[in-house]
Amino acid sequence: MNYKAIGFLAALALLGACSDNTTGGASTGGASGGGGASASSNGGAIPGSQQDLVANVGDRVFFAYDQSQLSSDARATLDRQVQWLQRYPQVSIQMAGNTDERGTEEYNLALGQRRANAARDYLVAQGVSSARINTISYGKERPAATGADEQAYSQDRNAITSVQ
Amino acid sequence: MTDTLTMLGRSAAALGRRSALIGAGIAAVPLLGTQRALAQGADTAITVDRARTAPIPIAIPALAGTALGAQMAEVISNDLARSGLFRPIGNAAQIGANDAGDAPNFQNWKAVGAQTLVTGKVEGGGSNVRVEFRLWDVLPGQQIQGTAYTTTSTNWRRIAHIIADVIYERLLGEKGYFDTRIVYVSNTGPREKRIKRLAIMDQDSENNRFLTDGSWLVLTPRFHPTRDQIVYMSYYNNRPRVWTFDLGSARQTVLGDFDGMTFAPRYAPDGNSIIMSVSRGSGSDIITVGVAGGGRRTLTSSGSIDTSPCYSPDGSQIVFNSDRGGDQQLYVMGAGGGSARRISYGKGRYATPVWSPRGDLIAFTRLGSGGFAIGVMRPDGSGERILSESFDVEGPTFCPNGRVLMFYRAGQGGGGSRLVSIDITGFNERVVPTSTDASAPAWSPLLA
Repeated sequence: MNYKAIGFLAALALLGACSDNTTGGASTGGASGGGGASASSNGGAIPGSQQDLVANVGDRVFFAYDQSQLSSDARATLDRQVQWLQRYPQVSIQMAGNTDERGTEEYNLALGQRRANAARDYLVAQGVSSARINTISYGKERPAATGADEQAYSQDRNAITSVQ
Repeated sequence: MTDTLTMLGRSAAALGRRSALIGAGIAAVPLLGTQRALAQGADTAITVDRARTAPIPIAIPALAGTALGAQMAEVISNDLARSGLFRPIGNAAQIGANDAGDAPNFQNWKAVGAQTLVTGKVEGGGSNVRVEFRLWDVLPGQQIQGTAYTTTSTNWRRIAHIIADVIYERLLGEKGYFDTRIVYVSNTGPREKRIKRLAIMDQDSENNRFLTDGSWLVLTPRFHPTRDQIVYMSYYNNRPRVWTFDLGSARQTVLGDFDGMTFAPRYAPDGNSIIMSVSRGSGSDIITVGVAGGGRRTLTSSGSIDTSPCYSPDGSQIVFNSDRGGDQQLYVMGAGGGSARRISYGKGRYATPVWSPRGDLIAFTRLGSGGFAIGVMRPDGSGERILSESFDVEGPTFCPNGRVLMFYRAGQGGGGSRLVSIDITGFNERVVPTSTDASAPAWSPLLA
């Protein structure tokens, strides 16, 4: 059995799984195998680009209802973002916080900001310069998923990183 | 003689604010007639509470004179009918319009069940229109009120709303709310790429116009208490901040210079400052700023989310939304800041508090496992009543006399949003027509 070949195939398979994140659809926010990106090609995305971030790193983390604590999945994704940002020091990002629709407009603006801040503070604590990170909150105004079920709502409660 | 003098004095007082409205180009003078004060005895004392269960039958035939007469009668009639407190007599036109100076045929009006009657006439056009109106008590056959307005023809809707307010006030004993506007957010496009524009219209949904073009997300507009100005939130250049919009010049000005997001703005009752939230740390603080952007003052810095502040009508207290206790609840503090006491203790979380212009109630949005609800409570938190429940109802705003609330209702999953009005006792819930989906309404003060 060629374990090296199996390992390579496994990494490719995981890359395929990670690239599903580009649609912003169901994402676990921290597939632990995503580190395979460093071992092989960027899947066609320009290194250090928005596409690269989404396809190979993971551009978003998710939160529980009315909460802004980072789960272990969220921290894993943010750890990969830290590594990626350290590899491309010229990149600046925007961290946008969002909520689901089950709240009022103004409070949700503040909650979205709190989520964006939590994600930014984690990156900064891991060594990313705060000058590279801009934050914004959209409250419940820009939902990632537009359904009305728990699946959609869980997608809406997020902090999304994008290349500036 | 004494009665007439008393009547003139009372009607002059009632009209005092109107006749001072020369700025909008409307002048008002009382019309003499065999005036008679409504007796204050129990049998003729009509109040808003009584009118809810027994709407006042009122006949409003087309005003005589130009074509505006019929249009004005319709606006007046619709205003009064929509309040739920009046019952315009149908087919009033069949009995015929009356010249304002004639004594109406009270027998005919009595026969169709009218208790009160409006007559009038419209003369002139263009820059010089004169509108006479008289309000009659049908049973004794006496004039209650008579006024002549002169203005430009473009103001005809305002005159109709002012007349409706005068009728409301003379018959119910408190000021009306028809000569007002609504500012709101118009929503178009799919939920994931929603286009939001500030819009403004008369409270009867007429004269709608858009104030912004949708290039940038806009939220939560509110009226200045005396000036033609709106405060709102805009994402202009991807910097979410509070802005002011001058309705006369259409000039938009960012409020102050803040590093963090500013949001949830309202004017203080004296119109000299704006109270709002600014993002700080992991939460938001409530601050006040002068209307020109200077004179910043921090009122809360609890480290939690403090937002949605609203002054009491006398400006002495502030009700606001805070999660300092663990989840979203309502708190009241003095206008200078300092210690705040929680007032919401019902089942669920509470948000979007607004203080009634009457000072007697605070309206709110309640959030629970079953969905949202609009309700009212006394400023000490007692007497909580729920008025309307739906997946997403939120953002109540009071009309100037505190008798009617407007809020918005959105479908789940970002379905269409509509403005809704409801009497504060929970009756007469109605959709307020808008040309697009609409949210975040705010009711203006009386324009006069």
